[in-house]
Amino acid sequence: MKAIVWQGTNKIGVETVPDPTLLLPTDAIVKITSTAICGSDLHLLDGFIPSMEKGDILGHEFMGEVVEVGREVKKLKVGDRVVVPFNIACGVCDPCRRGLFSACDNSNPNHRMTEAMYGGVSGGGLFGYSHMYGGYAGGQAQYVRVPFADVNPHKIETDLSDEQVLFLTDIFPTGYQAAEQCGIIPGRDVVAVFGAGPVGQFAARSAQLLGAAHVIVIDRVPERLAMAEAAGCQTINYEQDDVLVALREATGGRGPDHVIDAVGMEAHGHGPGALVDTAKQRLRLTFDRITALRWALLSCAKGGTVSMPGVYGGLIDKVPMGAAFAKGLTFKMGQTHTHRYVLPLLARIEARQIDPSFVITHRASLDQAPDLYKTFRDKQGGCIKVVLNPWA
Amino acid sequence: MTQDDQARTTDAPPADAPSTGAHMPPLERSVVGSVGVALMGAGLRSARPLQKLVLGTVGAGLAAMAATGRNPIATALKIRQSQDGEVLVGDAVTVGRPAAELYAIWRQLENLPQLMTHLQRVEVLDEKRSRWTVKAPTGEVSWDAEITADEPGRRIAWQSLPGAAVENHGEVLFRPAPGNRGTEVVVRLAYRPPAGTAGAIVARLTGEEPAQQLRSDLMRFKREQETGHAPTTEGQTSGRAAKGGEA
Ligand SMILES: [Zn+2]
Ligand SMILES: [Zn+2]
Repeated sequence: MKAIVWQGTNKIGVETVPDPTLLLPTDAIVKITSTAICGSDLHLLDGFIPSMEKGDILGHEFMGEVVEVGREVKKLKVGDRVVVPFNIACGVCDPCRRGLFSACDNSNPNHRMTEAMYGGVSGGGLFGYSHMYGGYAGGQAQYVRVPFADVNPHKIETDLSDEQVLFLTDIFPTGYQAAEQCGIIPGRDVVAVFGAGPVGQFAARSAQLLGAAHVIVIDRVPERLAMAEAAGCQTINYEQDDVLVALREATGGRGPDHVIDAVGMEAHGHGPGALVDTAKQRLRLTFDRITALRWALLSCAKGGTVSMPGVYGGLIDKVPMGAAFAKGLTFKMGQTHTHRYVLPLLARIEARQIDPSFVITHRASLDQAPDLYKTFRDKQGGCIKVVLNPWA
Repeated sequence: MTQDDQARTTDAPPADAPSTGAHMPPLERSVVGSVGVALMGAGLRSARPLQKLVLGTVGAGLAAMAATGRNPIATALKIRQSQDGEVLVGDAVTVGRPAAELYAIWRQLENLPQLMTHLQRVEVLDEKRSRWTVKAPTGEVSWDAEITADEPGRRIAWQSLPGAAVENHGEVLFRPAPGNRGTEVVVRLAYRPPAGTAGAIVARLTGEEPAQQLRSDLMRFKREQETGHAPTTEGQTSGRAAKGGEA
């Protein structure tokens, strides 16, 4: 089959690799009909996520049709149309039973690697996202092996198109969880979203769905800001305005009640802090550049929530903890517990409260993916979200 | 895990106060120094950033330790020792199954090689005594052990009999986890490594050391009990397989 393969930092290629096979009796094989490039894949392209190996198959947003199931799979059968959350859950461990699917105890075979970095704790496995997160082959391919097949894939039994449901695998639940965990008081709370990439777009629209009085989106890329404006958000271009002043002005001096950092570890930005971050990241002294996080803590209103769907990897310093402490902020963060949100968000799509396909700007074949990774990273050609058809 | 639980699971094995950072004899210094320099070299040559960082740091630490004759690495690697030189190893895992069930699996001593991969076999000799065989770099090592405590559903303790190649004793505790989360399985081991502290460090770095094996064994046990399988990616497709390399 054809697959997108990580060949080294800044080297991504299309290769012909063997078709996946069932490795455990609880596995299924899914023929992929649509797959996407995620913003967090760019951290892999840039080489900022440790433990990638040459030959790893990328991709964690995908859907398709079940073509084979292991003998212990009970709920899923050949022919089912499914979306597959990007995080792999076992469904029976204590975190899974509490709905903390991304924190699954049992799905990451390489638990030792993450435990060594993260103080004896490993998260669950992820598709196509480094050996630290299990080393599972990803879904930017024609077929994929899905572990714990009775838990992970969710059946889609309506006639919604792939493009309308594909993002239930990651960016829609990720943006939604970011907004939900703010605890927005409908009609009262103002929410600011740093980063108008795909997750930021979904976070902004989810904040609206949850009743935010006002949503402000901060970025520097005009077409991203325009997409947020089209949804009725106020926007701030941080290259033209002083973000902190603009946010105070927009909120009568209080600051946003909740701030969502949908940027994560590769923030751009300027000032001495940003320069130091960039230099240290180049020297591998840090994995993270944290301009967005700093702005989030500094701008957030008293008693507010800083919600972080953006990915962070390592140790962070120069965090304005004094500001956070003085204002009594709450931090909420972590990988998305995607499984929780698939059905409720599918219901919202069916009820026409939102059509997630709004975010797609590029459609292509797998062969075009390596170029599109770079187009997406460099934000050329108005690129916000790329969907790939593995069979085109 | 609540803070309360954490405090309990990091308890040292009973009656042995841990102490680390002992002075090293000259031979140990030169061995540790060479390993350190070799690791630093491997770290610098490695193309993988994480590996470079880890090997380089550990290598530099070992070299510095040899130079000063002190053993902070044993502390840094969390190699705990009792006052009379035994290495202490402990770890714990919460398994979502009843204590009685898990106890029964461990009490079948013949099962242990399936739970603990470095064990080659355990032969039950009589009610109390058993013969344990482990893989070692030099071949197989065997010793006899006896069960010193057996509290069904709660605790099993054992001790190697005099003359054992690797003197050791230990216990496994099964205690209910709060809030219907199953059972906390706590394992505590004490053993006398053949080459002293340096032996324990080298074993740790090569992944052959009991603390590491114990962690992996406990996680695999939990996973098999909870899901029926240990997760795996072994044998999956990749761009490496396509080029005839490792799968
Ligand atoms: Zn993603
Ligand atoms: Zn789980």
